Amino acid sequence: MGFQPVKFYQTGTFTIGNRLLEPDERSVQSGQARSNSINSGHRACQGCGEALGARYAIDAAMAESKGQLIAANATGCLEVFSTPYPESSWQLPWIHSLFGNAPAVATGIAAAMKVKGKTEVRVVAQGGDGGTTDIGFGCLSGMFERNDDVLYLCYDNQAYMNTGVQRSSATPPAARTATTMPVGPNPGNAFGQGKNVPEIAMAHGIPYVATATVADLRDLEYKVRRAMKMHGARYIQIFVPCPLGWGTASSDTIRMARLAKESGMFPVFEAEHGEVVGVSKIRHKIPVEEYLQPQKRFAHLFGTNGHPEMVTRMQAIADRNIRKYGLLDEEGC
Amino acid sequence: MLKQTEGSKAVAEAIALCRPEVICAYPISPQTHIVEALGEMVKAGNLTPCEFINVESEFAAMSVAIGASAAGARSYTATASQGLLFMVEAVYNAAGLGLPIVMTVANRAIGAPINIWNDHSDSLSQRDSGWMQLFAETNQEAVDLHIQAFRLAEELSMPIMVCMDGFILTHAFERIDIPEQNQVDSYLPPFDPRQVLDPAEPVSIGAMVGPEAFMEVKYLAHAKQMQAIERIPVLAAEFKQIFGRDSGGLIRTYCSEDAETMVIAMGSVLGTIKDTVDEMRAEGHKIGVLGIISYRPFPLEQVRAALSSCKRFVVLEKSLAVGMGGIVATDVRMAVTGSGLKGYTAIAGLGGRPITRATLHKLFLQAEQELLPPVTFVDLDWEAVNKQLTREQQTRRSGPAAENMLHDKGLISAKFG
Amino acid sequence: MYKPFAITLKPGTSLANMTGTWRTERPVYLNRLPPCNNACPAGENIQGWLFHAESGNYEQAWRVLTENNPLAAVMGRVCYHPCETACNRGQLDSSVGINSVERFLGDEAIKRGWKFDAPASSSGKRVLVVGAGPSGLSAAYHLARMGHQVEIQEAGPLAGGMMRFGIPKYRLPREVLDAEVQRILDLGVTLKLNCKVSSIEQSMKDGRFDAAFLAVGAHIGKRAMIPAGDAAKIVDAVSVLRSMEGEDKPLLGRRVVVYGGGNTAVDVARTVKRMGAEPIIVYRRTRDKAPAHDFEIEEALQEGVMIKWLSTIKHAGDSSITIEKMALDDKGFPQPTGEYETLEADSVVLALGQDVDLSLLQGVAGLEIVNGTVQVAPNMMTGHPGIFAGGDMVPSERTVTVAVGHGKKAARHIDAWLQGSSYQPAEKHELAEYGKLNTWYYSDADKTVRPMLDVIRRQTSFDEVQGGLDESTALFEARRCLSCGNCFECDNCYGVCPDNAVIKLGPGKGFQFNYDYCKGCGLCVAECPCGAIKMEPEET
Repeated sequence: MGFQPVKFYQTGTFTIGNRLLEPDERSVQSGQARSNSINSGHRACQGCGEALGARYAIDAAMAESKGQLIAANATGCLEVFSTPYPESSWQLPWIHSLFGNAPAVATGIAAAMKVKGKTEVRVVAQGGDGGTTDIGFGCLSGMFERNDDVLYLCYDNQAYMNTGVQRSSATPPAARTATTMPVGPNPGNAFGQGKNVPEIAMAHGIPYVATATVADLRDLEYKVRRAMKMHGARYIQIFVPCPLGWGTASSDTIRMARLAKESGMFPVFEAEHGEVVGVSKIRHKIPVEEYLQPQKRFAHLFGTNGHPEMVTRMQAIADRNIRKYGLLDEEGC
Repeated sequence: MLKQTEGSKAVAEAIALCRPEVICAYPISPQTHIVEALGEMVKAGNLTPCEFINVESEFAAMSVAIGASAAGARSYTATASQGLLFMVEAVYNAAGLGLPIVMTVANRAIGAPINIWNDHSDSLSQRDSGWMQLFAETNQEAVDLHIQAFRLAEELSMPIMVCMDGFILTHAFERIDIPEQNQVDSYLPPFDPRQVLDPAEPVSIGAMVGPEAFMEVKYLAHAKQMQAIERIPVLAAEFKQIFGRDSGGLIRTYCSEDAETMVIAMGSVLGTIKDTVDEMRAEGHKIGVLGIISYRPFPLEQVRAALSSCKRFVVLEKSLAVGMGGIVATDVRMAVTGSGLKGYTAIAGLGGRPITRATLHKLFLQAEQELLPPVTFVDLDWEAVNKQLTREQQTRRSGPAAENMLHDKGLISAKFG
Repeated sequence: MYKPFAITLKPGTSLANMTGTWRTERPVYLNRLPPCNNACPAGENIQGWLFHAESGNYEQAWRVLTENNPLAAVMGRVCYHPCETACNRGQLDSSVGINSVERFLGDEAIKRGWKFDAPASSSGKRVLVVGAGPSGLSAAYHLARMGHQVEIQEAGPLAGGMMRFGIPKYRLPREVLDAEVQRILDLGVTLKLNCKVSSIEQSMKDGRFDAAFLAVGAHIGKRAMIPAGDAAKIVDAVSVLRSMEGEDKPLLGRRVVVYGGGNTAVDVARTVKRMGAEPIIVYRRTRDKAPAHDFEIEEALQEGVMIKWLSTIKHAGDSSITIEKMALDDKGFPQPTGEYETLEADSVVLALGQDVDLSLLQGVAGLEIVNGTVQVAPNMMTGHPGIFAGGDMVPSERTVTVAVGHGKKAARHIDAWLQGSSYQPAEKHELAEYGKLNTWYYSDADKTVRPMLDVIRRQTSFDEVQGGLDESTALFEARRCLSCGNCFECDNCYGVCPDNAVIKLGPGKGFQFNYDYCKGCGLCVAECPCGAIKMEPEET
């Protein structure tokens, strides 16, 4: 199970497209006919991972549903940068209601489609990690347990970016945010906190749960398309680095996502009915420093007044992920 | 068809006749019987096509209704009290997005202290939410108002709360005329949404609107309610043509022609008031009644006209603007600005405190003699209140007021003290 | 649909918001020079032809290849492939087997009978090419394609020059060479064999040639002063190799000492081994200092060739030689040690390099000869107007590939000179260094190893030692190319742009930036696998 990468063909499925593959093996994003669900002119920051992740995911869902798609959007960066009056970037029917209710709004849309017999119209809900793992969590869990026919996409950039980078329950330990400043003896976000929403989603026993990153489009598209082939509640958490909140170069967004996965800090897997059925293996394992050091939100861990002991704890987290999900091939161990 | 039935059950049947497509249910007294009944109808296949969704909170209930309504489905939910407050953010949002959701509010007090009994604090707290609020005097009117509410909401693309007194109406068994399906169908056309989420014609609903257009959006919502003032009497008249009875409208007067004293109220208490007025009329008092059905939009002109020939008025309301006084009274005073009328506010029935004819009789006599203070707290236990106030002046840690007062009244046994 | 004011918006209308104004730097597409192309002495567009091979379009690949070099099948066998040494993939796992793909394409062209396109028009100019070696053939080919009438005058009995008379059959089967020569002649090139030019000026006048390209090579074996007995048999390597092509094979006896450390020495040793002799190479320095390619030395050793490193011949007798052991000094130069050794030797073959036969240039005005080679200007023209020269007879590295490169370069300048203008080569792009690549995106794939003939057959026959790739392995190898510095349409830029500011123009047409919306984040540059995009400061 899991995404089966094309093994060779020069760049295989590592790149967005590949002219050497058969047309039906190519990605949605490589196509000239992709829907560009979120259009140019949106006001996302330079190098925004969320804008990219949203286009990747929604375009894939659009392709799978043949354009029969409606989206409900939580309040957050994605909503604000895409729909400031008088212009909208969205090219599909889209609604924003509140910060914490996107899953429920989507439930309502799905119910409306069902009652009207429009079975071909599919529904996605989307939000950032704050809107998903914190304020929207009640509605999310409700949508899950009722197994409503909604695919929920969480764009995880690990903090409340729209309000100025405050901690969320998806913020990693040690990270600097505006509410977990790098001061005092234990700088940054506390260890031992936070919520693993993919696993909580799995605990609901819903048909499909997956994680993905903007660094691996083909895996992401596979998961969205796979999720769209199913009915019931489905959840995909997409790792979308935020140059502003993380203090990284705008050109580093994809690299950061890649390093998060390669270090084991962000396990990429998929699960059906609560059981892991596929894991994206680490290709070239790296120590967590390589991932953490380029990010200003972890700058206090390094240098002369750094906190190597916290880096060690971060490495332990990565190592636990690697063990738990089996992220390394035998030979790579 | 005439039926001896529970108010909630009757409302549920009326809702079903309106062919709702999505119903979101979350239990909270005293609204629960309505959605229970609807749930059973959907489950049994008697209400179809309809999706009945057991949501996890009132916030979700309104949110599901928002999604469903935006996707073109006739959507309904019901709530009360804390439930209404829990969904407030979504309540405002539904109005802001102009979604014609109909919601029953089985009016109930708001805690703390937690209290399940009737007053109007809950829906009146949503006075400025952008929702229209129609108050039913009887269960028959509750049934009728729901049918009219869907018609009005969908015509204007604005949401409506139909407010009915918790327990007093919701749980009362009485004879109610349940309309026939063909009557409702001829009155209420299928939902033709003014905007809809549709892949064939995509729109983005719920934009962020800045200072450049926000006031205009708000004014347009206001203008909608002003249109409703025109439409509500028309729809009531149409209703009468089909269903054969007066129901709804903006206001309703009783014995007002020569009345020097007018009593103004909303909801089921109007029944007790009318009985009291009948008594007083028999005694020769020139007293009349003005019932307000449409609290939002508030029919300023109609209220002013109804009070144009009286000398004084009392607003008896089941709500309190803490630190100020009456809520409905404020609106009524606004309506009669400049008329020189003497007006009194009577706060009564909070948290289900019974409002008796005897009390009302006494109150109205005092009003007639213009002996009332501007704000009267009807049947307030002044002894208990004053003791507590004294205690609090003397002791910093005076303990919980409600419990202390129950102590004072001997309602909590000494061993728990 | 009636839309509520402000809160409901038309889809896709953000196009009105030109986010391009945010930009301080802009991405631009560029072509960088792949290190393989940069290293190719024949100036092949290796990345360019691999691009077509990657998709299995071998004919197009061969056509792009032969735009610069007509001898694909020969090159795929005899080129020492400096391209592979330079290949960036070498830093990732191992270099792309460019040479093996080139051979596959060359063989495929012979097998399929692909021909060169005839020139579009005729210039009416006549060019004399002297010498049918790699340089002459290359020049003739390019000149013919430019529409000139070309005649090759070759002193020898067959075309090919050193490719025929210097490189053994087991490295270059003659039918391969013949096929590629014939294809050039099919363009309308006249080849006159056994036609030694004794005076270039006279030959040009006789044939009414407008220009000449001299590529007579270096065929005269260098002699060394070795004290030798009368009966000692001392021959030079070039004659040995040349005689292999004739009826009379050289008679060298059983024990053959080959003196020298270059590729020619190895070729001779391996040749005589195949004839049943026992060759010993004697070379004055060490293996790592030997000019022969190490893989050739390795193959020779595998085949049973003996090598005496750090040795010089002091004396040659009729059945033995005396050698002196050498030692390297601080600067790496061999110095005599005074230690001697005697080796049995029926003959000594001197492989000490070759000289040029310059007799045809006697009396030509303006020529400059230095150290036995003809001096040419950067445009390959000698001091005498209209006479150009290249290959082994001008100062340069003496390899087939360099010679082919000279031929092409000379042809371009001759063409320009004939038109009364001068040829300006396009400015070289900046180099596509390894650091400019994002190698994450390339599939892990080790180099395909070419099949080798087994040692027994190598020792006893002139069958080709190194096999070719089959279609699937050639395709695999082509697809190992990183396409350094040149877009190969992987769609990464198109995909990773968060602002949809990259326009995909369609297969073969590449991409364009939409600067109306590009915010200048640089993601396309960072994620371009091959370094074909760069950021430039925005003009203020």
